[in-house]
Order: sequence, then C-alpha cells, then structure tokens
Amino acid sequence: MSSPDSDIQDLTPISASPTDVAPLGHPYPKPLHERTAAEEVGGMDWAAIEADPGFAALLRSKASFVVPATAFFMIYYFLLPIGVGWFPKLMETPVWGVLNVAYLFALSQFLMAWILAFLYIGVAAGWDRDAARLIAKFRTR
Amino acid sequence: MILTATPAPVSHTALWMFLGFVFATLLITYFSARKSSGASAYFAAGRRITGWQNGLAVAGDYMSAASFLGITGMIAFNGYDGFMYSVGFLVAYLTVLFIVAEPLRNAGKYTMADLLAYRLSPRPVRAAASLSTLTVSLLYMIAQMVGAGTLVRQLLPGVTFEVAVVGVGILMVVYVVFGGMLATTWVQIVKAVLLMSGSIFLSILVLKRFDFDLGKFFSSLTTITSTGVDGGKVVRNFLTPGLLFKNPWDQLSLGMALIFGTAGLPHILIRFYTVPDARTARTSVVWAMVIIGFFYIMTTFFGFGAASILGPDYLKGHGGTNMAAPELARTLGGEVFFAFISAVAFATILAVVAGLTISASTSFAHDFFTNVIRHGKDHLPGEEVRVARVTAIVVGALAIGLAILIGPAVNVAFLVGLAFAVAASANLPVIVLSIFWKRFTTAGAVAGLLVGLLSSILLIAVGPDFMKDPLFPLKNPAIISIPMGFLGAIIGSLFARERTAEALYPELVVRANTGLGAERATEH
Repeated sequence: MSSPDSDIQDLTPISASPTDVAPLGHPYPKPLHERTAAEEVGGMDWAAIEADPGFAALLRSKASFVVPATAFFMIYYFLLPIGVGWFPKLMETPVWGVLNVAYLFALSQFLMAWILAFLYIGVAAGWDRDAARLIAKFRTR
Repeated sequence: MILTATPAPVSHTALWMFLGFVFATLLITYFSARKSSGASAYFAAGRRITGWQNGLAVAGDYMSAASFLGITGMIAFNGYDGFMYSVGFLVAYLTVLFIVAEPLRNAGKYTMADLLAYRLSPRPVRAAASLSTLTVSLLYMIAQMVGAGTLVRQLLPGVTFEVAVVGVGILMVVYVVFGGMLATTWVQIVKAVLLMSGSIFLSILVLKRFDFDLGKFFSSLTTITSTGVDGGKVVRNFLTPGLLFKNPWDQLSLGMALIFGTAGLPHILIRFYTVPDARTARTSVVWAMVIIGFFYIMTTFFGFGAASILGPDYLKGHGGTNMAAPELARTLGGEVFFAFISAVAFATILAVVAGLTISASTSFAHDFFTNVIRHGKDHLPGEEVRVARVTAIVVGALAIGLAILIGPAVNVAFLVGLAFAVAASANLPVIVLSIFWKRFTTAGAVAGLLVGLLSSILLIAVGPDFMKDPLFPLKNPAIISIPMGFLGAIIGSLFARERTAEALYPELVVRANTGLGAERATEH
C-alpha cells in the first residue's frame, strides 16, 4: 500500500467506491469505511486477548447459555418426530377438546423457540458489554 | 408475458397484480442501481440494512412457494403431518441464532467460505465451499423455477410453462445484475410484507367462516371426508399424525435436514453480511423468527381451513396440492382475493430465486474467481463485481435451461429436500468445526465438504425417488449424510496437524466472539 499523501484528495464518493477490491488501483489511502478487517487492526495482539481472564470468562458465560440451550431445543424438537413416529397412540390422546397431544406439542415448539430466542437476546446484551470492555482495554494499550 | 388463449376475466385481475409487483420491484432495482457501486455495496448492500429490515428479508428469502403453497396443500390433503414441516422450519432458526449468525458476521466478508478460509489454506477450502454453495443454490433454484412454471400456468391460463420459466429467470437476473444485494434485499422485504398480509387476511376469512370460534374450527377437522383409493368414502381425523408419513425414520431424517440444513443455506447465510454488526445480525434472526413463526402457525388456519371448507376431493379437481391456498382464497374472498393470493405466490417465487441467484454469483465471484483463480490479489478495479454480474447471467440461463429440460411433469419436491440435505451435511459440519475446534485443518474442511456433498447426492440417487427397488430406504438422506459430513471433516483433520491453522485459532476465536476488526458498514 502507498503511504498517505495529503496532496491527493480522496475523490471517491463516500458510498460508492470500488477501492476494497482494488487496493492497487489507488495511489491514496483507503477511506476508513473501506478498510478490510485485516487492515483495521493489523497490530492487534490476538493471543494476549485470548489469554486475558476477561475473555475466558466471556467464553465461559457464552458456553453456559448456548450449550444447555442448544441441547434443550434439540431434545425438545426431536421428541416430536420420535413421539409421532414411534408412540402414535400416546400422541393421539385428546387433551383439550378435540386437540390431541401431537398438535399441542407441535404448537408448543413455536412458543419454545420464541422464548429461547428472547432469552438469548437478553443474555447476549451482557456479552456485548463484556466484549466492548475487552476491546477498549486492548485498544488503549 | 404472452397470452395466447382467450383469457378469462379472472386472469386479467391476476395479470395486473403480477405486473404491478414486477413494476414495483423493477423500480426498486432502478433506484438501487443508481445508489450502489463498489464491492461492499454490491455484495452486502453496504452493510447498512437494519435489524428489522434484515429480519423481513431473511423471512422473505426463506418462506418459499414450497412453504406457502406446498405446506398448505400438504395439510389440506393429509392434515397434521404437513404441519410437522412448519414446526421444523421455525425451530431450525435456533441453530442459526445460537451457533452461526454472529461468528459468521464477525469473521467473514461476503460468503460462508470467508469464515473457513480464515485460518485454513484459502484456495482448496474456497474451491470446495464454492462447489457446495453452487450445488445447493442451483438445486433449490431449479425446484423453484419448475414450481413457478407450473404455478403461473395454472394461475394465468394461456401462459405456457416455458414462457413462465423464462420470464421468472429474466426477472431474477435483472434484479441481481443491476440492483445487487440492495435490490434483492428490498424485493425480499416487499415480498415478505405481501405474503404476511395475504396470510393474515386469509386466516381471518377462514376463522370468520367458523364465527371466530376455535373450538368449532378444530372440531370440524375431526371428520374430513374424502374419496379413498378404492373409490369409497373415507372419513379421517386430520389432527391425527401418520396420515402422510408411514416410516418414522423418514420423519426423523427430514427433521435433521431442516434443523441442521437451515444454518448451512448459502442464501440465508449471506444475509448476515448486509447488517452493520453481529448484534444486528442477532436481532435480525429474532425478527425473522417472529415473522416466520407467525406465518407457519397460520398454515394451521389456511391448510386445515382448506381441508375443512373445501375438502380434498374438491381440491383434487381444482389444481391439486399446490392450488389449495389460491382456491381457498377464491372461495372465501372472491376473484380479486384469488388474484391477490396468486400474485403473492408469484412474488414469493421471484424473491426466493433472486436470493439464490445472488448467493451463487457472490460465491463464484468472491470465492472461486477472486480467491482461487486470482489468488486473492492483483485484480483490476471492479473486476469482482463484474464477474459476479456475468455469473448471475450464466446461472440464470443454466437454471432456465435445466428447468425447461426437466419439465413440468416431474415432481421436483425432492430437489428442495436435497438442497437442505447438502446444506446440512456439507456446509454445517465445517462451519461448526472451524469455529469450535482448534485442530481443524484444510484437509478436514475439504473432506467434510466433499463427503457431505457426495453422500447426500448419492443416497438420494439410490433412494426411493429414483429407484423402484431402492438401495437406500429413506427419502431424505440427512440421518446418514450429516454424520458422514462430520466424520469426513474430523478424520480428514486427524491425519496431519496444521500448525498455521492452530496458530490462527486464537485470532479467529477473539474476532468471532468480540467483533473486533469485523467488516464495517459504509458511511453515508
């Protein structure tokens, strides 16, 4: 990449510039928004962040939600085809008027998916804050 | 569109609504084309799509004609078993939400392969990932195009299958070539809004028939009369499972294909690059889940409603499975509503094929051309976008040709199942392992992608859809091919260690979990 040159103005319109596929075609530095991930934080010490106890805590916190939640929804979902396929008599039992176990269980899957999704949004907001703190810590060093 | 036979007044209303949608989407394309240039604008809509917009667009990309017409028809003819599809289609988004969306947005640029190529050797991994992306997109696209051909023929008497396929093909190419991701996204949003309003209105009309009494509605489903194979009357309870699926293993395998496949569908995955950051990617999945969930719950009303109000025998005489939703609309809301629902179905197909076209062309241009052929460097300004545009035309032509070659007579439902199976068995294992397994290697990724891809195609080829005396008993291969994809990837990795990949793992983990250094939105 060429060095920054203050004499050359970046004439690229802000929303419309093909520079991120053509770094060699431009004699002037890329505008900020066009930098690729690698150019953005070239000197970052990734191993140091990974070794940071705060990062390990973040990963642990994520795992402590995602692993049980994934296991739960997989089991809950696959109980439906398993129940319908191998225990049809049980699934046909009427529960509420004409509605049987099979239909109500299928309907409950929608509720289950929505509840887990909204729980996730709530928990993940905390992870965003932790990640922002980590980034701030390593940026200022 | 060319009308050869003398059209009934019905098709005029439908035709005008079709044309209205086409005009609106072309207008979107025109404005998008004026606004966007540059690779990030073309491939990722400048990463400036908001959470709710992307949620609607994900829903638009996902709710295909197979969902709207196919599931309605399946419930109308076989009751409860059709509803099982609806459940799987929604729950699958939890896999997307928990495992795939955020790491992908944080560590990638335009395609699924970006995540894989991060710490592995880029050329072989991208070549294999591009192959599986193109396969999934093309399979799914052909299924949609054949569906579009048969549907338009039924909705607009006088338009032939070929004319319909060519028309849909040209439109999808126009959206993608001129409007890029921005136009495609807005086509999805418009379609999702149309589909939801049509579905809500249809559901209300169904409930009105039963005086908004859910008890009465569900009671009517316990005695659905139809003509059996022997010609006698059969009375069935449509809330009972097992009227359609006889083999429980088939059910389980299909469920696995849905749950693991959705998170590997390339046209869904690239949607997460259109938002500014991982947090928005997350909210957009939840928006999509709310919309998709409501839609699939409503299939209860129009699917069961069609069974109860019209009955399977009436539907058989009026276009069969695929026409259950439009016919229900005609009976309940008259010709204008029939025309509206038909136009919605048409919009649904167009939007989905446009999403597939852009995912195929992005993968070819970014993964195969730029990174495999050109080694990721030394390219001319704008070359990647130009290649993507040419690819979109080629892919469009290919899909038109294959759809016409296959013709309307062949049942293409297995193609959709195959697309999900390939996505689940080839794409998902390598995505998961590259995020969570430090020892994962290039050889493992290539092996996983190829084993998953080939085993699903092979098992379908020797399955009941192709052979009279099938070697493999199940319609959907996922229950075997997903473990095979994982095994291929794991065994391939265990052969030899790859130090560079292990050395880059901390960087990938930090990026994926914090969003540090992720691609940014363009500023305006």
